[in-house]
Amino acid sequence: MEHYTMNLNLKVWRQQNAAAKGGFKLYRVENISSEMSFLEMFDVLNEQLIHDGEDPITFDHDCREGICGSCSMYIDGKPHGPWQANTTCQLHMRAFKDGDTIVVEPWRADSFPVIKDLMVDRTAFDRIIQAGGYISVNTGNAVDGNSLPIPKDDADASFAAAMCIGCGACVAACKNSSAMLFVSAKVAHLALLPQGEPERRSRVLNMVAQMDKEGFGACTNTGACEATCPKEISLSNIARLNQEYTLASLTAK
Amino acid sequence: MLDAKIPAGTLDDKWTEYKGHCKLVNPANKRKLEIIIVGTGLAGASAAASLGELGYKVKAFCFQDSPRRAHSIAAQGGINAAKNYQNDGDSVFRLFYDTIKGGDYRSRESNVHRLSEVSASIIDQCVAQGVPFAREYGGLLSNRSFGGTQVQRTFYAAGQTGQQLLIGAYQALERQVALGNVKMYSRHEMLEIVKIDGKAQGIIARDLVSGKLERHFGHAVLLCSGGYGNVFYLSTNAMGSNVTAAWKAHKQGATFANPCFTQIHPTCIPVSGDHQSKLTLMSESLRNDGRIWVPKKQGDTRKASDIPEEERDYYLERRYPAFGNLVPRDVASRAAKERCDEGYGVGSSKQAVYLDFAAAIIRYGKIEVGKEGNDHATQEEIIQLGKDVVKEKYGNLFDMYEKITGENPYEIPMRIYPAVHYTMGGLWVDYELQTNVPGLYSLGEANFSDHGANRLGASALMQGLADGYFVIPYTIGNYLADEIYNKAVETDHPAFGSAEKEVSDRINRLMGIKGKQSVESFHKRLGKIMWEKCGMARNAQGLQEAIAEIQALKKEFWSDVRIPGNIAEMNPELDKANRVADFIELGELMCKDALNRNESCGGHFREEYQTPDGEALRDDKDYMYVAAWEYAGDSNWNLHKEPLNYEVIKPTQRNYK
Amino acid sequence: MTWKQVFTSSIGKKLVMGFTGIFLILFLIVHVGLNACIWVPDGGETFNKAAHFMGSMIVPRILEIGLFAGFFLHIIQGYLLTVQNRSKRSVGYAVDYGNRGSKWYSRSMGILGTLILLFLIMHIYHFWTPSRLGGMWNIHELGTVMYNGKEYHDLFNEMRIVFAGNLVIVIVYVLGCISLGYHLAHGFKSAFRTLGVHNNRYFDMIKATGYAFAIIVPLAFAMMPVSYYLGWV
Repeated sequence: MEHYTMNLNLKVWRQQNAAAKGGFKLYRVENISSEMSFLEMFDVLNEQLIHDGEDPITFDHDCREGICGSCSMYIDGKPHGPWQANTTCQLHMRAFKDGDTIVVEPWRADSFPVIKDLMVDRTAFDRIIQAGGYISVNTGNAVDGNSLPIPKDDADASFAAAMCIGCGACVAACKNSSAMLFVSAKVAHLALLPQGEPERRSRVLNMVAQMDKEGFGACTNTGACEATCPKEISLSNIARLNQEYTLASLTAK
Repeated sequence: MLDAKIPAGTLDDKWTEYKGHCKLVNPANKRKLEIIIVGTGLAGASAAASLGELGYKVKAFCFQDSPRRAHSIAAQGGINAAKNYQNDGDSVFRLFYDTIKGGDYRSRESNVHRLSEVSASIIDQCVAQGVPFAREYGGLLSNRSFGGTQVQRTFYAAGQTGQQLLIGAYQALERQVALGNVKMYSRHEMLEIVKIDGKAQGIIARDLVSGKLERHFGHAVLLCSGGYGNVFYLSTNAMGSNVTAAWKAHKQGATFANPCFTQIHPTCIPVSGDHQSKLTLMSESLRNDGRIWVPKKQGDTRKASDIPEEERDYYLERRYPAFGNLVPRDVASRAAKERCDEGYGVGSSKQAVYLDFAAAIIRYGKIEVGKEGNDHATQEEIIQLGKDVVKEKYGNLFDMYEKITGENPYEIPMRIYPAVHYTMGGLWVDYELQTNVPGLYSLGEANFSDHGANRLGASALMQGLADGYFVIPYTIGNYLADEIYNKAVETDHPAFGSAEKEVSDRINRLMGIKGKQSVESFHKRLGKIMWEKCGMARNAQGLQEAIAEIQALKKEFWSDVRIPGNIAEMNPELDKANRVADFIELGELMCKDALNRNESCGGHFREEYQTPDGEALRDDKDYMYVAAWEYAGDSNWNLHKEPLNYEVIKPTQRNYK
Repeated sequence: MTWKQVFTSSIGKKLVMGFTGIFLILFLIVHVGLNACIWVPDGGETFNKAAHFMGSMIVPRILEIGLFAGFFLHIIQGYLLTVQNRSKRSVGYAVDYGNRGSKWYSRSMGILGTLILLFLIMHIYHFWTPSRLGGMWNIHELGTVMYNGKEYHDLFNEMRIVFAGNLVIVIVYVLGCISLGYHLAHGFKSAFRTLGVHNNRYFDMIKATGYAFAIIVPLAFAMMPVSYYLGWV
């Protein structure tokens, strides 16, 4: 791969804390290698800011291999930047060219309040899981792993939904700030398995109720979430969620 | 000083005997007992969920924004269990034996045997929780094989087994949060252990959002805070993975065992420049089909495709004809380093070797053409069909490689190089997973117990979940049964006050330095020293130099580090400074331990101790012990030895030729 | 779980949109089929008789009440959803995701719906009020025509009066139909998603049908005023 270096202008959202009013600030970074990841470019910028006596930019990141779901930058109008099926940490600088101006914003949704700069509070997702995103089985209660055969297609579909990394890009991309792709992925993951059957109805009702309580919007099936999801979670999960919810709510006692 | 508390009886009966006789706490008393858990990876989350289910009052802490982000999530390959679903002769004993041998005979037999015993229950528990393991068409669980074993005992969920297991444990944990049994403190970092009457009775934690210090009481404290591979700066660990919790415990008297035992994984994407912040693993499974080679000519700058077959050196196949490209991790890593050090490395940095799938593509292509009965296939057709097969097997890894390097591994061989991956060492614990500080426990990668000097693939997930789901719920009762007489200590107790002052003094001191160099630059320098002198190969002279350099670095850090921002706010630079300060101290101890261990075993390779053909040379007579280091003040440690007695297995020299 | 909880939840609201949407789609089929009778070359007899049938029989009259209820629910719920969804992001983005992630008309259902609503008001004024309420108050009454000794409203001629020579009204009707087309292009498939069709084999069929429906039905409607204007009928 040919490498090249570039100089870039960055327009980054800065916000001291949740209560403060934020705004964009312009930065320039030079000699950025096309081999760097986007976050490494931010590391360079932060080193530069520390050197200049300024406050470095705060952002969430951890595994930097696209699986923990921490990173959360809205880059040039798209969560996780221009590449498809990708997280910010796996975005590499060869996606950009010399002289580009890159606009970086935090996830925007009232349910994801900004903590500082590009870091947002996504604990709403944890509370949705608490509402029912599990199978109630105490340690030691399990029967043998092979006692319930699961059709491979169901197991694979369940896994495809369970790949969700909980990054919140779906909410950030959605014009309604809806968390339906996240919720549907969990509902589908568990509804497709026989182990999830006993709590199937109560799970979907409780999780949707919590989702509404957290202040996420309602889905209008635009598909922006699916298009931006780093793990390519399918929109059909939302249809499954709707079906699960409809049946559960209409048959509830 | 160190009593491993190994139960009496034959190896097969120890755990059963222990469970039959350990003390129990009745349900009414469990409600009154508080347990603090630091870290919410596989070990922490599973422990928090299980103890919450039992009725204890649990407080769980993690520095990430959610327990689901712990680095267990990044494990790719799988989890071992002695289920013998494949009818290929697996058993508890074989898993136990493979783990002991893989660990180069430096682990405790009783702990490893217990791990093998409970391994099957882990799979059952995870399936019941809804972990979508890979399945066969008949609907039953699928297995694959992994390095260092001759049976298929690895359960997996594509290349994301760690993620699926952690999500399972996370969901169980969140269920307990919903039931009110567990209180979750995310974006909190533990910065001190509070000891009262010699027992661990609480922690001081910092709320990373507000910067406030908090006091938390617990009848017991569990450290499930993972490994310390980030001491090398560049590793496959997450950016936030750190040793701080374990190190605070160490400074409060808990001994640190075998710190020099580090696993260096052979197949990682190489460093591309000074900007590099972390390294990415390419699953061990790739070595099933990829051939590793370098050019036969030193400093060869030709493209891989321009180097003819006869000018390529398949050095693993040459050196280890019996195991070839499938030698264990430590052996493969050292061999790659040896070639690069001799000047045969490839790529712009010359610190890489090729992992080539061309032969596999043609082999698979020919099989496919054979299936179709096509006797006149062109070379292009064969290659295309072969690529399809390879894509099916490793597609997601190839995509990840291409995202990071921009090179297409179907066309050009992958460049790989070893990278720090896992640390076998950690807090010393006894059979009950208790450190030598009463009431202080350590689970998962944070402790030293099960992997000896080298860990086998797919065993880390097994150990984390075994400790959390199936060991600690029993062993902690044995301690807490006596704690029911002790009421919860109010957090205005002087011990909490002095611990908090300790922490805030240190933070104030760090913030007050106002030097010129960033935390990151110190961390990089520490990593460089560690990698060069305490990395894949070590020698006495290098280790002595490293100790001196680290001591100098420590001095410089404490006089010239620059931390911007304030204390009472979200300040990632301050968090990092707290961690790097501990890494520097740990680095010194690792070198000291490596210097003390005058032998080569597993991941610890001392250049002075090798066979004539360059293999690790163990010294069972003098070093068959766990080196447990007791902190004795600045740059000063006392060594305690826990002898390892092999009652069942007879240690032999590992041979892969 | 109370009914109120069901229908005030985010999915419950969507269900209302989906059910009423499908009901309105069914209405469109009836409406377009009936109106297509204007192209029967018998001077409007078939069309007027069909319209008479719809106006005089009890079942269509009852359905008409349901239709108004459907429209009402669809419109009110649509506006509520749009407003509520907009309120979930008080600080917006500087750079919009735009068409990279979704179609513009999928994101513009509120605006498209509003255009259709405005068109609908005009449309009701043109045809529904004279045929149902004609003669009351000062409302203009439809002309009549005799077939086989029976008197019928001459809707066929009424359409000629509205469209022939009125270029502006024809253009407005065509624009209304285009809005309807885009509204349906998203609404048709979205309604079935909302009702829970997650099987992709079926959903692909629904999607294709939806696009065909979104083109054919509004096109047929649009051709009606055009036909009158150009003197084809």
